[in-house]
Amino acid sequence: MDLLNLFIAALLVNNIVLMRFLALCSYVGMTTDIGAALGMSWAVTFVMVLAGAVTWFLNNLLLIPFGLTYLSTLTFILVIASLVQLVELYLRKSVPSLYRVMGIYLPLITTNCAILGVTFINQREGYTLIKAVVSSAGVALGYVLALFLLANLRERIKNSNVPAPLSGYPIVFIMTALLSIAFMGFSGMAK
Amino acid sequence: MKNLWNVFVNGIVEENAVLKLMLGLCPVLAVSITILNGVGMGLATTFVLLGSNLTISIIRRWVPKEIRIPVFIIVIATFVTITDLIMAAYFPPLHKALGIFIPLIVVNCIVMGRAEAFASRQSTVWSIVDAIGIGAGFILTLFILSGIRELLGNGTILGYPVVPSNFEPALIMILPPGAFFTIGLMISIFNTIFKKKGAGGGHQHGSS
Repeated sequence: MDLLNLFIAALLVNNIVLMRFLALCSYVGMTTDIGAALGMSWAVTFVMVLAGAVTWFLNNLLLIPFGLTYLSTLTFILVIASLVQLVELYLRKSVPSLYRVMGIYLPLITTNCAILGVTFINQREGYTLIKAVVSSAGVALGYVLALFLLANLRERIKNSNVPAPLSGYPIVFIMTALLSIAFMGFSGMAK
Repeated sequence: MKNLWNVFVNGIVEENAVLKLMLGLCPVLAVSITILNGVGMGLATTFVLLGSNLTISIIRRWVPKEIRIPVFIIVIATFVTITDLIMAAYFPPLHKALGIFIPLIVVNCIVMGRAEAFASRQSTVWSIVDAIGIGAGFILTLFILSGIRELLGNGTILGYPVVPSNFEPALIMILPPGAFFTIGLMISIFNTIFKKKGAGGGHQHGSS
């Protein structure tokens, strides 16, 4: 029950994009078509859950016992960068079909702040391994949801008559504001 | 001298990181609840940008092209750690308010973008001016955005109440939707004022 609570909180209540303002670059940049948005989302999900688990081990077995937590920024970003490389190599070699779907998005992920953000959130909350993985998965699916919603909205708005000064990015942010208001309705559902 | 000035102004208007290039949006929207937080974040990012641009422009000759990205990341992460520790020691309330967005400067696309696009190709002096220009544009954007949000959402400027007592602050402005709404309007106004080439944005973005 505790885990379900945590999952819902990460997925909806504290939605990583709409409530916590992370990963906005890819949220705005990758949602011009639904296919690209989904490819990016799944690549992020994959790496995020993996990074959540790996950094947990690193944090609890290496950084905390040796009193090195002030190095966590440096360690986590390097771990994520190498993890992305490894995943890319592995997918290209062993699962080409999956690589075709999300391969081109993988290099972009290193600087996706949601992934680094999740590892910091996990670290600050002092989650156990299971909690860290569940929370990372919730955050990742929240990212998928936000990107999918916006990609669909942008598809719809292509044929609409947007006022000239608002066309392009401004209207995207105003739609995001409305989405964000909708998501505020979830607050109170879970801690 | 003229050219250095151009590089500086370029960072504020032509290549305004947030309003024009859509870079570094995450910290901008997240911390712009009060002017103090907004400008604090702007200064921290500018410090990292200055340090990384300076270091990278010095070492650029000795960095092999193939491994430049990891090298840049380590340089940037070092300056972020320095900033993080300094702020924790001297400005604990601000450090607490900015939370995970301090360590997240590491993945701020602005810093990496300038390292890759400018500092790795230009001399040290130019890189410093570029960092100051981009940083000034960033701070200015944060100042305006957080000013609007603090005034309308809280009825204060820098913590001092400035509105008549019958003004009811619109709480929505300091909640997430207010941030998205305000930045949308700011980009729209910015594009309308500085519409020269490329008409109205929407053609150029970094997707990281």
